Amino acid sequence: MIRLDNLTKVFDTPKGAVVAADHINMEVPTGEICILLGPSGCGKTTTLKMINRIVRPTSGKVFIDDEDTSSLDTQTLRRNIGYVIQQIGLFPNMTIEENITIVPKLLGWDKAKYKERARELMRMIALEPDAFLKRYPSELSGGQQQRIGVARALAADPPVMLMDEPFGAIDPINRAVIQDEFLKMQQELKKTIMFVSHDIDEAIKMGDRIAIFRDGHLVQYATPDTLLAAPKDSFVESFLGEDRALKRLNLINVREVVSTNFETVSPRDSLESALQTLDKCGYQHAIVMVNEERQPVGIIPRAVAQVSKGSCHDYAQKVPAVVNVNDDLRKAVSLMLAHDITWLPCVDDEGRLCGHITQRAMTHHLGARFRTQQATAELADPMAEE
Amino acid sequence: MPIQSLKGVFRVLLLVAIFVAGAWSYATGVIEEFIFYLPDIQFLTMEHLWLTAISGSLAILVAIPLGILLSRPSMARWAESGMQVLNIGTTIPTLAVLALSMSLLGIGVVPAVFALFVATLLPITRNTYTGLKGVSPALKEAASGIGMSPAQRLIRVELPNALYVIFAGIRTALAINVGTVPLAFLIGAGGLGELIFTGIDLYNPLMMLAGAIPTAMLAIMVDALIASIAFLVVPRGVNPARRAAHA
Repeated sequence: MIRLDNLTKVFDTPKGAVVAADHINMEVPTGEICILLGPSGCGKTTTLKMINRIVRPTSGKVFIDDEDTSSLDTQTLRRNIGYVIQQIGLFPNMTIEENITIVPKLLGWDKAKYKERARELMRMIALEPDAFLKRYPSELSGGQQQRIGVARALAADPPVMLMDEPFGAIDPINRAVIQDEFLKMQQELKKTIMFVSHDIDEAIKMGDRIAIFRDGHLVQYATPDTLLAAPKDSFVESFLGEDRALKRLNLINVREVVSTNFETVSPRDSLESALQTLDKCGYQHAIVMVNEERQPVGIIPRAVAQVSKGSCHDYAQKVPAVVNVNDDLRKAVSLMLAHDITWLPCVDDEGRLCGHITQRAMTHHLGARFRTQQATAELADPMAEE
Repeated sequence: MPIQSLKGVFRVLLLVAIFVAGAWSYATGVIEEFIFYLPDIQFLTMEHLWLTAISGSLAILVAIPLGILLSRPSMARWAESGMQVLNIGTTIPTLAVLALSMSLLGIGVVPAVFALFVATLLPITRNTYTGLKGVSPALKEAASGIGMSPAQRLIRVELPNALYVIFAGIRTALAINVGTVPLAFLIGAGGLGELIFTGIDLYNPLMMLAGAIPTAMLAIMVDALIASIAFLVVPRGVNPARRAAHA
């Protein structure tokens, strides 16, 4: 857990005092990623760097796991915080192994232990230990270097990590890969992470919570979904962008919207019974045909069932697309747009049909947030209508 | 292909030139003359090397800590003025420094070593300072950020990354040093200057060359020596010479 208590930084410049961070109060629960987000010069980096005292706070306190860090000496504090910077900052004079093991060495681990740790970390970041440990940073690509940067920060297994735009200097394709790898690692490691970013999409993807900064103030601190659904003011709203409702699609799983109440036909059924089921359930367009393992193998369009006679097996058409229940809504919408359809069969990891998702259900789900919000607003302020 | 054959032609021309020079020097008795000076050359070379070694190592011992000191953030305010003072120090011709040194310390080895020390100090200090200042701020932040003390940061990160530039300074400085030692003869410190200046005074070009050629060779050898030390000492990751060899 990281807790900031009235953390303030005032820089003395020739033009007078500049308040870079003004009484920042926030708490990051253990095991969560908190993204500090905002335009440049908003104080997010200053706030981050006050935690490990790269920037000395003018006033206020930092608590890590309820311990006031001002009682710790600077080196001890920093050795127990993983630190990743945008410029990566690997030491070019050291091999990859020396770079990774530097913090364990500073902490006085014995040789066998930190050597083994280096191999373990390399496997964790999916780089072959034997191929890479003896190489120098200049012999690695940018993406590989930043993976090593992350490994170095994780080396002594610190409970807390600070990351200052860690993936900012990596090309978009590699960035997405590293972000995914990092999220996967975080699921196991459960570090408490403060992460500076200026990229709203990265923030939504990586963050359990997002803190929006402006001119040294913490404007809004909320989960990504709350932030996107209920931005606090026009600044947050404009910062999130006009397509913020679309961005919420990333945050919701198909599982949350899927309707499991549905009928299917089997290949042996006749088209007449298929038509009956279509009418009974009120399906406008088609019904899904499943095999014995309940995997969707085809669809029977209403038009076909109405005009033809025979078994479903003979008249089934190819399933245009299916979506996994663990995918996000963004993928579901994308598939619908790509295939010009308004509903999709949903499957689980074994490919078994487990429901369907419609455009209507999605808009309803996303809109629910706004409806409750409006209702609360009206309750709180009954005169709003006038 | 034309370049290859040109190279071959040059190689043959070079061999012919060496042969002609050798034959000529044998015929005119130059080699005999050189052999005549050989004991002198040996003795004076040792003296010459001693002067370089003592003044050079003193300069290294003082200049590197001085450069480190000037590069520390707490010294930022004084650093540039400090470097200016050293700069002014080098604009004074070495001969003048020798003269000043002689008027303070008399004649002999001590004033010579002092003057050589002063002449050698600046390139090393400047390169140490520039090298350390040139270490990327990101590296320094990373080093501090992972919990190195200022001393650990200096020894493990800043110095290794500045080492190549520091060695370049040492090379320049020692080349200057070896080339300046002959002047030390003028204030009675010996060295190969004895043959050079006596040769000039006696209008004996061969005697002069007997001092000048070994001096030039010493300078080249010292430079090569420092270069090979740098090759071995500077870590591979920040050593342009070795990185090229590995690429």
